[in-house]
Amino acid sequence: MSFVLRMAWRDSRAARRRLALYSFSIVLGVAALVAIGSFSANLNSAIEGQAKGLLGADLAVHSRVALTPEAKAFLDSLGGEQAREVAFSTMVVFPDSGGRTRLVSLRAMEGAYPFYGEFLTNPAGAPSRLAAGEAVAVLEETLMSQFGVKVGDPIRLGTSTFTVVGALRNIPGESAAVAMLSPRIFIPYSRLAETGLLGPGSLVRYKTYFKFAAATDVERLVEDLRGRFRELRLGFDTVEERKNELGQSIRNVDAFFSLVGFVALFLGAIGVASAIHVYVRQRIATVAVLRCLGAGAWKSFSVYLVQGLLLGLVGAVVGAVLGVAIQVSLPPLVKDLLPFDVDFFISWSAVLRGVGAGLVICFLFTLLPLLSIRRVSPLVAIRASAAEETGSRDPLRWAVFAAIAMAVIVFSVWQAPRWQVGLGFVGALAVSFGVLAGLARGVSWCARCLVPQNAPYVWRQGIANLHRPNNRTVLLLLALGLGTFLVVTLALTRATLLAQIQGVGDNQRPNLLFFDIQDDQIGPLQKILHQEGAELKAQAPIVTMRLRSLKGRTVEQILKDEGSRIPAWTLRREYRSTYRGTLSATEKVIAGEFVGKVSPEAAVIPISIERGLAKDMQLGLGDTLEFDVQGVPMAARIASIREVEWRRMEPNFFMLFPEGALEAAPKFYVVATRAETPADSARLQQAVVSALPNVSAIDLALILQTLDGIFSKIQVVVQFMALFTVVTGVIVLAGAILSGRHQRLRESVLLRTLGASRRQLIRIQVVEYTILGALAAVVGCALAVGANALLAHFVFETAGALAPLTLAGAVAAVIAVTLATGLLSSRGVVDHPPLEVLRQET
Amino acid sequence: MLNVERLTKTYLSAGAPLTVLKEVSFSLSAGDSLAIVGPSGSGKTTLLGLCAGLDRPSAGVVTLAGEEIGRMSEDERARVRNEHVGFVFQNFQLIPTLTALENVQVPLELRGWSGRATEAEGLLERVGLGARRDHYPVQLSGGEQQRVALARAFVNSPKILFCDEPTGNLDGDTAHAMTDLIFEMNRERGATLVLVTHDIELARQCRRLLRLKAGMVVEDLRADEPETKAVHP
Ligand SMILES: Nc1ncnc2c1ncn2[C@@H]1O[C@H](COP(=O)(O)OP(=O)(O)O)[C@@H](O)[C@H]1O
Ligand SMILES: [Mg+2]
Repeated sequence: MSFVLRMAWRDSRAARRRLALYSFSIVLGVAALVAIGSFSANLNSAIEGQAKGLLGADLAVHSRVALTPEAKAFLDSLGGEQAREVAFSTMVVFPDSGGRTRLVSLRAMEGAYPFYGEFLTNPAGAPSRLAAGEAVAVLEETLMSQFGVKVGDPIRLGTSTFTVVGALRNIPGESAAVAMLSPRIFIPYSRLAETGLLGPGSLVRYKTYFKFAAATDVERLVEDLRGRFRELRLGFDTVEERKNELGQSIRNVDAFFSLVGFVALFLGAIGVASAIHVYVRQRIATVAVLRCLGAGAWKSFSVYLVQGLLLGLVGAVVGAVLGVAIQVSLPPLVKDLLPFDVDFFISWSAVLRGVGAGLVICFLFTLLPLLSIRRVSPLVAIRASAAEETGSRDPLRWAVFAAIAMAVIVFSVWQAPRWQVGLGFVGALAVSFGVLAGLARGVSWCARCLVPQNAPYVWRQGIANLHRPNNRTVLLLLALGLGTFLVVTLALTRATLLAQIQGVGDNQRPNLLFFDIQDDQIGPLQKILHQEGAELKAQAPIVTMRLRSLKGRTVEQILKDEGSRIPAWTLRREYRSTYRGTLSATEKVIAGEFVGKVSPEAAVIPISIERGLAKDMQLGLGDTLEFDVQGVPMAARIASIREVEWRRMEPNFFMLFPEGALEAAPKFYVVATRAETPADSARLQQAVVSALPNVSAIDLALILQTLDGIFSKIQVVVQFMALFTVVTGVIVLAGAILSGRHQRLRESVLLRTLGASRRQLIRIQVVEYTILGALAAVVGCALAVGANALLAHFVFETAGALAPLTLAGAVAAVIAVTLATGLLSSRGVVDHPPLEVLRQET
Repeated sequence: MLNVERLTKTYLSAGAPLTVLKEVSFSLSAGDSLAIVGPSGSGKTTLLGLCAGLDRPSAGVVTLAGEEIGRMSEDERARVRNEHVGFVFQNFQLIPTLTALENVQVPLELRGWSGRATEAEGLLERVGLGARRDHYPVQLSGGEQQRVALARAFVNSPKILFCDEPTGNLDGDTAHAMTDLIFEMNRERGATLVLVTHDIELARQCRRLLRLKAGMVVEDLRADEPETKAVHP
């Protein structure tokens, strides 16, 4: 043993710096795992510590309709202290900035909410003024800066005016990300009625918050009353539930990033393996001599195994340190996405897990090239040609391959939220590696075939370097290509999603939607549209209704049935249905036949249901349902099932009724139109809101802007992680070039002896690395385009965006990075004095 | 000390079997010296490798220091090499990452020895390189490297020393000095010597000479038997 250690130490002497660099290949992978693992632990403990502040109360009960007297009596019977909130979307008008308008989420509050955690505003006194019932409002900070609103300015909501008393800084229960979708405005509950906004048809969420005595077991309480909540169609949230939900999302995010980190680790390990492969080749003569001097196969193998293990250990430890450093830098990046504060601490179990994963993967991968050491014959010492005979099949190699596959599968399944996802990840990893390696091989082969015979010498030599014996083209393409692939895929996905909403190429589609239009307001609205020169693209009457029964069973019965797998929301929700004689452009019947008209006497109405909902509710053609249309029972039968393209800015519906059934019911309207420019859109919205204050508008630009904002926030984090793979690729590249340095030196000395100039040698390198970078970029981008097309087709159900500028930028960046890394790592090769190299030959 | 009986080596390369050694037999007693000569490609290195247990014979028996090495596993043969055998190679084969002294110590360390390097230092002194003990192979000339290799070959007090063209990469004067050193040290330590060489002067200093041609012994000459004993196939 002592011989092995001593020999390993001495043998590494000349190569320690190089070995250290190889070990850096796994540093980033380990760092990512450690940072993510440790940070998740921080998040989990934050959730644990601030549990009550997450909800702001012990129990939150919500409903889509105003509380019935029965429900109210039930809630009062629960005891404790109550607070109320009514929330819905509406338009705010800023009179001081020329009457500009914006869709907001209005929250009317009453009571001492939040009971736990803090309601922070700037300036601080605002919550007490709200509680006092003054005509004041607290606005989302972004809303104030966007519209230049200051404390003391007026805003108009519906028919009344409020004074802004503060900007919202924090309120328990929601993250700032939620607020990006729809900025919040808080007003006193007592001032809600006078705005006149709460008309029929508004989508309102009624919330009641509870604070119980400290000893109350809230979980038991709601568990006992679960059935009663269902009967009254009330939803509820407890601290425990909120904690579980958050914990689950953290686990999912943690899994996602851990797997991304694992890709970096895996890539780095491949880099280590290939560097060790070269290292071992250079040591074959040494091994043969050791064998001649009497070292056994395993003993000489161990000499190098120790070096491999040490290298892995160094990489893993440095990775852990870097990981902790990264962990420190994560909170500012994700602050806006989190609904709570996070305290920093190092999770040693996460550090151990990261280091362990790094060591195991690195060990298995170094084993691959090291195994061949066992087979080096001592004959090599007297006959160099004997070295070539060692390549025969080795059963242990397959064992190592199997162990690697096992390790990857175990890690993935362990990290992934579900084992199917873990296996899917392994599959995707295998496919992308396979495709990259295959493409790389093909492409480098093509480069050889296609290089013109009469090309300048430096070109031919540079290209020849890519396919000469012992080349690392495939490894380098893998390393660089994989990083490119990940980053470009992210960029393309973003472009795809935005393009899809923009509906590029189709400038006839509606881009502005008015809703909450009352029956008597549709005439005036049409007139305004006409005056402003806006075309009415679509108009739909909406009748609200709730479900009474499904295939003969009442909703209450189904809700009580614990075995039922019909989602409760589909039963509890208020359906906003329309009636029409024809299908719209965004709909397609996929089963049954659409009926467009019924006689007013029809007892059972043939309706059309959306496909996904039908599946959730386990409904098929001919099944019967009973609706409660604002007090009037109405029997219906499923006559057709429709496919609906939801993403267009057009009014779409779950349930479509024929003409002749709902005309008499109280209804309101939604209208889709098109404004050519943002200015047109703003003018139109202002005109509508000033004439009809309760009508809300949402325009495409706003959605795009919101989505873009959310994307940029998430993308920072995701790109940050993807960067680990890219940087690992660069380190692998540098390591590969350094490990081939010996061969390079000899060649360059030979070329110089034959009369090549320094300039020529450098130009050969430039050609080589430029081609390498270009190949990696093209292969990576091609894969990304493919992956994006698949994602677009199967997940987002649209066509993938190409974003040529992004692709071109990626290609340029990859080439630049490759060239810089390549030239830096082979720095000095062309300046080496030939004599020194010739001496090393012996 | 070394007994070789009907030793045959056949390579199966490129499909057709190629017999490079055919039924070679000889035996050497302790303290003997043998020179193996013959044209390039005649199988000298192959024979040496088989005698030293670096490879397995296709047929025949090699008994080294009383142990039949043909039957042994690679690791057992490695042990025999470590205990009984010393090597000097044509291209020196010092381990480039070790200093001269460390190179000499390797066979001892392989046995688990660790301590003051008096023995190895003494041998380096003996070959005239005491002052170069901390130099790496690249810092030594060819002749110096070969002297380090010789010191290494003797450090485990081998019963038998195998040399494959030990002067093949050295110039005339250096080769001459090397030859003298090999024989002097061999005499001092009483080891059996087997050397492959092109160097007639070197060969003539051995008590016995074996000439190979196309894998067969065509001449077997002993210093104490004046006439040539030609072996005909
Ligand atoms: N692994 C091998 N496969 C096939 N032929 C071999 C192999 N090793 C050596 N030979 C052949 O064996 C013959 C003897 O080689 P060698 O013992 O090295 O000769 P010498 O040392 O006398 O020059 C040569 O013709 C050589 O080509
Ligand atoms: Mg030879």
